Amino acid sequence: MSQQILEGLAAIVNEVAGVPVADVQLDKSFIDDLDIDSLSMVEVVIAAEDKWGVKIPDSEVKNLKTVGDAVTFISANSK
Amino acid sequence: MTSAIKASGGAKYAKIMSVGGYRPERVVTNAEICEHIDSSDEWIRERSGIIERRYAALDETVVDMGAAAAATALERSGIAPEQIGMVLTANVTHPYQTPSAAAEIAYRIGAVNAGALDIAAACAGFCYGIGIANDLVCGGTAKYVIVIGVEKLSDWTDHKDRGSAFIFADGAGAVVVGPSDTPAIGPTIWGADGSQKDAITMTQSLIDYRNHGGEIFPTLLMQGQQVFRWAVSEMPKVAVRALDAAGVQLADLDAFIPHQANMRITDAIAKSLKLPAHIPIARDIAYTGNTSAASVPLAMDRMLAAGEIHSGGAALLIGFGAGLAYAAQVVILP
Repeated sequence: MSQQILEGLAAIVNEVAGVPVADVQLDKSFIDDLDIDSLSMVEVVIAAEDKWGVKIPDSEVKNLKTVGDAVTFISANSK
Repeated sequence: MTSAIKASGGAKYAKIMSVGGYRPERVVTNAEICEHIDSSDEWIRERSGIIERRYAALDETVVDMGAAAAATALERSGIAPEQIGMVLTANVTHPYQTPSAAAEIAYRIGAVNAGALDIAAACAGFCYGIGIANDLVCGGTAKYVIVIGVEKLSDWTDHKDRGSAFIFADGAGAVVVGPSDTPAIGPTIWGADGSQKDAITMTQSLIDYRNHGGEIFPTLLMQGQQVFRWAVSEMPKVAVRALDAAGVQLADLDAFIPHQANMRITDAIAKSLKLPAHIPIARDIAYTGNTSAASVPLAMDRMLAAGEIHSGGAALLIGFGAGLAYAAQVVILP
């Protein structure tokens, strides 16, 4: 499950910000390692919500610092 | 006794007859903005697409700018000012609770037979105005309507707020709406979400400022990420509804003219809509900044003047902002 989410998330990050899929790893920070700015992060969140039917409130977005944080959140909250 | 009353007979259809813009003289570069905030030209361009913007002169008012744009639109329409039945002025920066900016603008341009009122729907205001003008013309309450979008946001911006100081700017755009033999303004899709009233608001009310003071005069306060999220996730749906209501296919559009909020929002909406690459997209924000109610007519004016789009083409207009209010429609370009 987590591997599938990671792959899906990598595809989204690639689509939104042009980051190579292979760079999107669990330990990578969205901001520091992948150079995803706050607006791109919002786009990633919207796409993830659509894809996995999960609600990611604004208050939660700031806690998703690494790709792993996002995968864990989506995995725990998706339908 | 029952007496019959006459109904007002309107035109079958309405159209935008002309557009005019007014851009204040003073160009404000990102370097000048960065004299007051800790930011850079590169950061501002990357986050907003804004290269420069225009500020009105200190003594130049919302009424001055609105009247200038309206006079240009009127001249291009060939309609005499006395024939105008209503002046609608979309703005949120006229610094008087009363009288309206519209009343004074109507007087200045010689629209002596017109009703006048302001529309306070922020960045959606111009598109609200187009919907209302269409219905006034088709309802017969007015034969010709001037719709103006004008803002002097520089008066209401915290120039030391690094999140918003670089975004807001000043300007005015106007159109004349009148009767048409063929459909030229599609149904307006609009709405507002007051539950998100704090997403774009003022730091405090003028009354609170008077009573309690504070270091900074009330200025615009925007939750940028919240607004970005709302615009990018909800506006594509509104755009699709406006297209469906007008019976126009996305691929048949000749222009996409969204409110110039932020280039990143424009790009994200276009991407979400899967807008075909050949359709010109308004990118006036690069040299004009975000002028709220004025941005759609200013962008339309620039694109027409540059030959990017042509009279008779179909354009999707969409405005969205504080309220959170939005409105969209497909129109035939003047």
